[in-house]
Amino acid sequence: MTTDTEHSLGEAVAQRIERRWATLSIVIVGLLVGMAAYIGIHQATMPQGRVETADPRTLHISGEFIESNLGSAVEADGSVTVRAIGQQYSFTPQCVVVPAETPITFRATSADVVHGFLIEGTNINTMLVPGYVSELPVRFKASGEHVMPCQEFCGIGHQGMWGKVKVVDKAAFLNMAAAKRRLTCVD
Amino acid sequence: MLTNKRLILAHFWLAFIVFAVALVLGAWQMFVRSPLNAWHINPELYYRSVTAHGSAMGYVFPTLIAMGFGYAITEASLEKPLVGRSWAWAGFLLVAAGAVVAMVPVSLGLASVLYTFYPPMIGNPFYYIGVVMVVVGSWIWVALMSINFVAWKRENPGKPVPLAMFANVAGSLLWGWTAVGAALEILFQILPVALGLRSSIDAGLARVFFSWTLHAIVYFWLMPTYIAYYTIFPRAIGGRLYSDAMARISFILFVVVAMPIGVHHLFADPQVGAGFKFMHSVFTGLVALPTLLTVFTICASAEIASRLRGGRGAFGWIKALPWSNPIMLATALSLVMLGFGGAGGLINMSYQLDTTVHNTQWITGHFHLIFGGAIVIMYFAIAYDLWPHLTGRALESFGLMRTQLWLWFIGMIVTTFPWHYVGVLGMPRRMAFYDYANPAISPEAFSVAMSAVGGLILLISGALFLLVLVRGQLGARGEADAYRFAVPLHMPVRIPAALNSFGLWLALMVGLTVVNYGFPIAQLIALNETSVPAVYVGVGR
Repeated sequence: MTTDTEHSLGEAVAQRIERRWATLSIVIVGLLVGMAAYIGIHQATMPQGRVETADPRTLHISGEFIESNLGSAVEADGSVTVRAIGQQYSFTPQCVVVPAETPITFRATSADVVHGFLIEGTNINTMLVPGYVSELPVRFKASGEHVMPCQEFCGIGHQGMWGKVKVVDKAAFLNMAAAKRRLTCVD
Repeated sequence: MLTNKRLILAHFWLAFIVFAVALVLGAWQMFVRSPLNAWHINPELYYRSVTAHGSAMGYVFPTLIAMGFGYAITEASLEKPLVGRSWAWAGFLLVAAGAVVAMVPVSLGLASVLYTFYPPMIGNPFYYIGVVMVVVGSWIWVALMSINFVAWKRENPGKPVPLAMFANVAGSLLWGWTAVGAALEILFQILPVALGLRSSIDAGLARVFFSWTLHAIVYFWLMPTYIAYYTIFPRAIGGRLYSDAMARISFILFVVVAMPIGVHHLFADPQVGAGFKFMHSVFTGLVALPTLLTVFTICASAEIASRLRGGRGAFGWIKALPWSNPIMLATALSLVMLGFGGAGGLINMSYQLDTTVHNTQWITGHFHLIFGGAIVIMYFAIAYDLWPHLTGRALESFGLMRTQLWLWFIGMIVTTFPWHYVGVLGMPRRMAFYDYANPAISPEAFSVAMSAVGGLILLISGALFLLVLVRGQLGARGEADAYRFAVPLHMPVRIPAALNSFGLWLALMVGLTVVNYGFPIAQLIALNETSVPAVYVGVGR
């Protein structure tokens, strides 16, 4: 009888410790999720809110991704919009020029298969899925050059798909923009 | 009581042969893309190899382990012969045939699309047909596990189903449902295009379907490992399982929350809105819960074993554990890798932190550490533990086993830690080679070379593993005792029906998937003009 009581006593202790750990685990997970929610709500970084489409068969004929519209453009409010296309196995423009310390919106899509790009040394990272438009707000702190590889397998030439981003001084950028509607590095 | 030893051995042998071939490919890939390789190869060969490595390691190897181990658990824990023996052989043959059908076009360079398929790139139809055969073969196993579970419950009304079998059925149900996502993608989207019946495909929708499979498949790979933690490890080190009920709750949590979280793979994708990305991020947090519970229960079970052996002190008991026992060593190394890999996973689940590492080598490092490290090292342990019972011959090379396990651990750390590091630097994944002369890339060269050395260590460990198994197969005959699973400290006499059946949990699993995937899928199906022309790939195109 005594051993029985000891046994059930031990079981009660075991269950109490276990419950404490389970509670602690729930608190840890809750804290992590809460942090992500807080950052998301305060718009520090959020995924794009809505789904936009673009037909890769007609990209070159009409719409915002026609060749003459690709590159960096200064908007009326002083922000900059960069439009780009990924295709096997390059970006257009292959070298993007942007001003430092300026709100920039990247709008990009794919002309064939799934691509993506990340800009090394920054948190800029997105997929390019044919049929859909990727949009992301970015801001570069300092001028300099970054490589911009395609980060998704897109065929046997994938390893050669490296673009470039040149961040220039804001005044220099506006000077260039005064002469031309859409900018790339080669202008 | 293992009666179908040949069936189980066939699964394990085929699994480990596939594993060995894929391991060689993996080590070769590590080398050719590193600065140690003086000259570039034809990149097509690299992607061909990645496709074979991924398909074999992702679809064939763990599926065969789960199936073989599942049959062993059914017979040993329920203490009766398997119901549906010939169906089990049919499933095995289907998986084996599917692997061959898929690998022939891949080897010929006709389907270098990687194991994640990546439509609108479309390869040879036989590649996809082979993958479907593997999945259908495994679905036979899924059905058999439930049939055996229900039959035993009918014969033993009111009794708790043994934990090993309960967990095994949980894993099979998880796989049965998670495979549906990729199956829908292949059958309704990819195959019609691969066969030439249609020429366009919605790549965004395909990625959503694949994400349904892509994350929960990892938990399917994980199931045999967790079953080994709970039901082999405590027995092998001479202890008891801390808690039977908590183990059941952990497995149930996997069944319920492993599925509705896959969109975290699409954080950077344009075809899913922010709301559902957040939902899936929250559920990804929840799936950390069963792992946290498991780590507690397993460490507590180890402490019980140690104290039974005379271990003392708050931490002194760790020294008294039977470290020379390969199962002890494998479990400890596995938990260390699970700790690092899990911490990386918590980083990936947050949209904000993921933007730094999405699709970089960090991700490759993460899943190799979790799957190749924490999970596969326990597959080795399962094989070591089961082998004498399957072959009727003792495994005697304990020193060799320990060396093999240590080499696997060291190799995995040397491979994946540099991978994580270059990922943070922004190195993109899945490239056949890099221009290390580029000043933007050259700082990554040393780490990539380190990873290649890790690949070599893993290759040596894999060879030692096969050596142990072959020696076991040729060893002296000796009848092993009946195969047993760990006994809980407090044996449950009666348990709530909810912890002894799956009806409610299946309803929740399907319901949550519908809630979290229904809208994104319906929205994409309703969107017009998102189908894009297929891009057929393959040598000669």
